[in-house]
Amino acid sequence: MSSLTIRNLRKSFGSVEVLKGINIEARTGEFIALVGPSGCGKSTLLAMIAGLETVTEGEIRIGDRLVNSVAPKDRDIAMVFQSYALYPTMTVRENITFGMESRGVPKPQREEAVKRVAALLQIEPLLGRKPGQLSGGQRQRVAMGRALVRDPKLFLFDEPLSNLDAKLRVDMRTEIKKLHHRVGKTTVYVTHDQVEAMTLASRIAVMHQGQVQQFDEPQAVYDRPANMFVAGFMGSPAMNFIPAKLTTGPDGKPAVSFKATGGTAVLSLQDGISPGAAGRDVILGVRPEHIFRYSPELKAAKKSIASIDAPVEMVEPTGAETIGLMRFGDLEVTGRFDPDEAPRMGETITLGIDMSHACLFDPTTRNLI
Amino acid sequence: MSTTAADAARVPGPASPGPSWRERLTRIAPILVLAPSLAASFIYVFVFTIWTLYISLSNSSLLPSYGFVGLDNYASLWSNRRWNIAYSNLFLFSAFYIVGAMAIGLLLAILIDQKVRGEAAWRTIFLYPLAVSFIVTGTVWSWLYNPVDGIQMLVRSLGWTNFNFALASDRNTAIYAIIITGIWQSSGFAMALFLAGLRSVDPDLVKAAQIDGASTFRTYRRVILPVIAPIFLAVAVVQIQFAIKTFDLVAALTRGGPGISTTFPAIYVYDLMFQRGQIGEGAAAAIMMLAALAVVLVPYSFFVVWRHRRESHHG
Ligand SMILES: Nc1ncnc2c1ncn2[C@@H]1O[C@H](COP(=O)(O)OP(=O)(O)OP(=O)(O)O)[C@@H](O)[C@H]1O
Ligand SMILES: [Mg+2]
Repeated sequence: MSSLTIRNLRKSFGSVEVLKGINIEARTGEFIALVGPSGCGKSTLLAMIAGLETVTEGEIRIGDRLVNSVAPKDRDIAMVFQSYALYPTMTVRENITFGMESRGVPKPQREEAVKRVAALLQIEPLLGRKPGQLSGGQRQRVAMGRALVRDPKLFLFDEPLSNLDAKLRVDMRTEIKKLHHRVGKTTVYVTHDQVEAMTLASRIAVMHQGQVQQFDEPQAVYDRPANMFVAGFMGSPAMNFIPAKLTTGPDGKPAVSFKATGGTAVLSLQDGISPGAAGRDVILGVRPEHIFRYSPELKAAKKSIASIDAPVEMVEPTGAETIGLMRFGDLEVTGRFDPDEAPRMGETITLGIDMSHACLFDPTTRNLI
Repeated sequence: MSTTAADAARVPGPASPGPSWRERLTRIAPILVLAPSLAASFIYVFVFTIWTLYISLSNSSLLPSYGFVGLDNYASLWSNRRWNIAYSNLFLFSAFYIVGAMAIGLLLAILIDQKVRGEAAWRTIFLYPLAVSFIVTGTVWSWLYNPVDGIQMLVRSLGWTNFNFALASDRNTAIYAIIITGIWQSSGFAMALFLAGLRSVDPDLVKAAQIDGASTFRTYRRVILPVIAPIFLAVAVVQIQFAIKTFDLVAALTRGGPGISTTFPAIYVYDLMFQRGQIGEGAAAAIMMLAALAVVLVPYSFFVVWRHRRESHHG
């Protein structure tokens, strides 16, 4: 049973095609995150689901109903805007009840609903105030309240946390997650913050240039990115891309070789990977957390660890971890180190690379092999 | 003497002779530039108002003189039927003119805001009357209202031979002719301000209202218009001072006639002061006009101050 189905959806503004055949399906109760860089069409897609933009081609179904030309108010959705879009001249209470009032819900019922939502979001003391007298976080809550009071089939969020400061953003993120657990409504959540997407979503749709690059569970998107765009977009610091060639390692198993500082490095691939004939050009993708200081004990514990020597060019401590920049031939490679065993600038370090998490991409199609 | 080093550093040496002439100039330039207009406003507003007030209490006739006569001029003013008509005309005209111009201006602004084609052209058309002086407007409309060669004659020549349109030549309706002309002249101005206001409203608000299931009418009434409420006040205040000063429009359109039916305070003041040589009573009439304006503007400025206080109070 799916509560939102988007099939082959296209959108053009004049001659510019902004969405180029989107396919997304959300099961009932699922939390879908739409992520992507600025201008990739996330807001446009959300507005089309809401009925605020017309559909150029394709279909949108909410439940079993085709809603392509249904008015926003009849779609049974609720939306939280990036700007919150609270009605500035109304009190918080009026903001929350305006929708019910427009639909002719009788007053006692409206009062009941306001009470329920205000308690849920702990905004009872704010009900008599105007939005202008609220802090950013409070406004955010009220905007959520206005959406929650409707009890719709589908929740739409357009970057609801991007106007908050970093700390509040983390708090509200947790709160949204709890809220979703409690309410259990199908949700589509737009963000360009990949951490938000990873923490909240049951599935993530990564968008780029009007297309869905990958639509999968967060861990799958992170571990097995469908292409180099997704690999580079998800994760911070970004995945390292190392141009390499397939060869056969000293143990006779498939390996990759590339030019490192002071010679050619040959790293054996994880068992069971058969990426193609030797000599083929590939791009090796390694996340910074899979690059660390090598030690024989680690190697003994995990066979998939390969080692390589590299000079350290730069060290950036962040507190919890230390980011190191190492030189591999003409490439710079990022690694994340425990502060206790962080490299020093200028040192030549022996790095361990966990090849069990390495990804290989085709240099021409840029897709995962 | 542990602080000597710090003290020495603070005392300017001979090498740094205070602020340079350039800095001094930058500091006094705004004062220099603003001083003439401040002085002029002060003289024109306060000095002349007080002078007029004084004249209104004096026995001035053809020339100002300073014999004090108390409220005699006011008594004689209010005993004159023409002044009473003028004063009530002022209120009738102001009410209809302001409400009418704002209503039509708002309607036009909302219509143009519906993303009509050729918006710039419509805006220019509706704003055009504002570029025409009241004298020209008055003259042109006096032709239109003229029964012999105006609208009446046009419609009659099209075949409706007993069509009657002589608003301006009937003493009971002439004031409405002036009101209509005034509205024609300034609803474009109201439209321009309202349109700017409508355009400044966050489009997300409209979308939120759409999702909330509000009709277009309800969205305007409950969401958009309340947001631009300050513009209503601004438009009203500008229109009120137009209305109270009304002189040239009437002078060109009806010259206060037929009879005395469209006399306005400004015309009356002009007559007393420059035609009949009764400067004292003219000044009294002018002060009454000021009072009419104050009735509206004083509460308005209190309201503005109050709102400002309340907002800064809540932060
Ligand atoms: N009304 C419109 N007319 C023309 N082009 C538009 C319109 N709305 C959006 N676009 C274009 O569509 C593209 C996608 O816009 P959209 O707002 O969906 O991006 P987004 O992914 O939400 O970006 P952001 O993260 O910055 O919010 C952009 O290139 C934008 O310029
Ligand atoms: Mg957006």
